[in-house]
Amino acid sequence: MDFTLSKEHEMARTLFREFAEKEVKPLAQEVDETEQFPRATVDKMGKLGFLGIPVPKEYGGQGCDPLTYVMCVEELSKVCGTTGVIVSAHTSLCVDPIQTYGTEEQKAKYLPDLCNGNKLGAFGLTEPGAGTDAQGQQTKAVLDGDEWVLNGSKCFITNGKEADVYIIIAVTGVVEKRGRKMKEISAFIVEKGTPGFTFGTKENKMGIRGSSTYELIFTDCRIPKENLLGQKGKGFNIAMHTLDGGRIGIAAQALGLAEGALETTIRYVQERKQFGRSIAQFQNTQFQLADMATKVEAAKMLVYKAAMKKAEYQADHKTSYSVEAAMAKLCAAEVAMEVTTKAVQLHGGYGYIREYDVERMMRDAKITEIYEGTSEVQRMVISANIIK
Amino acid sequence: MKVVVCIKQVPDTKGGVQFNPDGTLNRAAMLTIMNPDDKAGLEAALRLKDQYGADVTVITMGLPKAEDVLREALAMGADHGILVTDRVLGGADTWATSTTLAGAIRNLDYDLIITGRQAIDGDTAQVGPQIAEHLGIPVISYAEEIKIDGDSVIVKRQYEDRYHSLKAKMPCLITALSELNEPRYMTPGGIFDAYDAEITVWGRANLVDVDDSNLGLKGSPTKIAKASDKVRKGSGEKVTLDPEESVAYIVGKLKDKHVI
Repeated sequence: MDFTLSKEHEMARTLFREFAEKEVKPLAQEVDETEQFPRATVDKMGKLGFLGIPVPKEYGGQGCDPLTYVMCVEELSKVCGTTGVIVSAHTSLCVDPIQTYGTEEQKAKYLPDLCNGNKLGAFGLTEPGAGTDAQGQQTKAVLDGDEWVLNGSKCFITNGKEADVYIIIAVTGVVEKRGRKMKEISAFIVEKGTPGFTFGTKENKMGIRGSSTYELIFTDCRIPKENLLGQKGKGFNIAMHTLDGGRIGIAAQALGLAEGALETTIRYVQERKQFGRSIAQFQNTQFQLADMATKVEAAKMLVYKAAMKKAEYQADHKTSYSVEAAMAKLCAAEVAMEVTTKAVQLHGGYGYIREYDVERMMRDAKITEIYEGTSEVQRMVISANIIK
Repeated sequence: MKVVVCIKQVPDTKGGVQFNPDGTLNRAAMLTIMNPDDKAGLEAALRLKDQYGADVTVITMGLPKAEDVLREALAMGADHGILVTDRVLGGADTWATSTTLAGAIRNLDYDLIITGRQAIDGDTAQVGPQIAEHLGIPVISYAEEIKIDGDSVIVKRQYEDRYHSLKAKMPCLITALSELNEPRYMTPGGIFDAYDAEITVWGRANLVDVDDSNLGLKGSPTKIAKASDKVRKGSGEKVTLDPEESVAYIVGKLKDKHVI
């Protein structure tokens, strides 16, 4: 077992860190305050290839491994949780399913523009009555001649109004499994601008406020027959597999938030003086930081392991990274929440003030325990693998 | 068009500075970066590549670990990397360094050589012009803008209180200022390609037309008597006075020190 990162990965981290410090950090507070989607930053990331890191070069990607992608989301999230999730949702939830399940035509049509930032991706599974319970889907797709007709709505969609290409999960019929009637679910590629595809409410969120979270509405929205992604009826598997990958991205976001809060706090406690000395000299501070650093390191190991397991899967589809991804997300999200909360506490009153980054980081961290499968769902995935 | 860019791996001063007993920098013990002026020179070369399809070779003299700075240059878009490394080249001052680099560059075809104005570790600004001198080609220093005009270059050269617009026939050497441009980022895929690429490694035996007496510490006329880190300033004297008294106090102090 080798815990040393390769020189390539170290240099990639340097690149992502430099970009995050120069281009992302200066805007993070404003993005949060104004709920402004950081379009200029996304364009810059597109030009640098950050939006297609784990995609083969033949489709316009960077041809790197999942670990490099994870490090990108991690470094971005250290300074801005919003920017981290934009890249994660785009890459894991839209680019990845097209790369994994798309036909050659679909890959050639969509991947180059998604990788170079000409287009941004999103994923629509969640509905008002179907979040964690994906079988509760109400959105329907009916084949009419050469077109699928979509009706229904999706909610809480990251990159909602800013995306151009959407992976949409919808019910295409009813099938019988072991004597029970089940919804047949399929996946589709829907482009922005398709008649009948509109946007509903923009969500006013606690954290990741710059990410564009919208309701998607489909009213007799007709898409070409060839926009079915993967096989008809395999949509549930596609969605679940996509979320496995998405969880690694969110785990990386959570890890970045925790690391960012820890780094900020380490600097702060050395500057802040109380009772004539820096608060870093108090044993309580030292012990708190020791716990925070240890948990962050543990989370990092799980997140990187999940990314490496995904690379194994890409080389051999017989392996699975579902449990590793669930463990990474569960641990990193809970560490992010704990570490950012402690970071606010160590900042005292200043930690509660908007000008201080840890206040935003704590709000941003909460969602990592909820989206792309709550911590409870991760526990279900993990325990199902233990008790068979 | 062939462009050679000389780059140097320098200590990242954010990580602290460490010295060897002989007063030279302990490069092996420090975090490193690409020298900022050199990075601007590389960016200028890469823009010539974007515009004219120039072939860009980066060259550096240093420890084996200086290979990293060449990989970084390749990840930014350079085409070839050459590392000049040899024990006999260690401890070189500007004279020995420029002799070495010129000896290496004599192996190459080039229209333009770009170096940074100066490195942040030595701050001498001598190596670029010395290379030109060794090679017998024109040099334009302190470039803020570079344009190609047929077989010549037109360079906007920074002067103390004005700019000079200078034209020189190629081959020539230009020293670049970090104000010249905003260097591009590497790309993730470029980094992995850079580590797959081959770096040419040259030693003393590959240097053309150089004399051993001009190489390494022995060939360096400059001897460092003593080197030390910056001494931190004290907190000074603090006084609390009203504005009028403050003025009188400050003027008095300045008079005491014969400043006014």
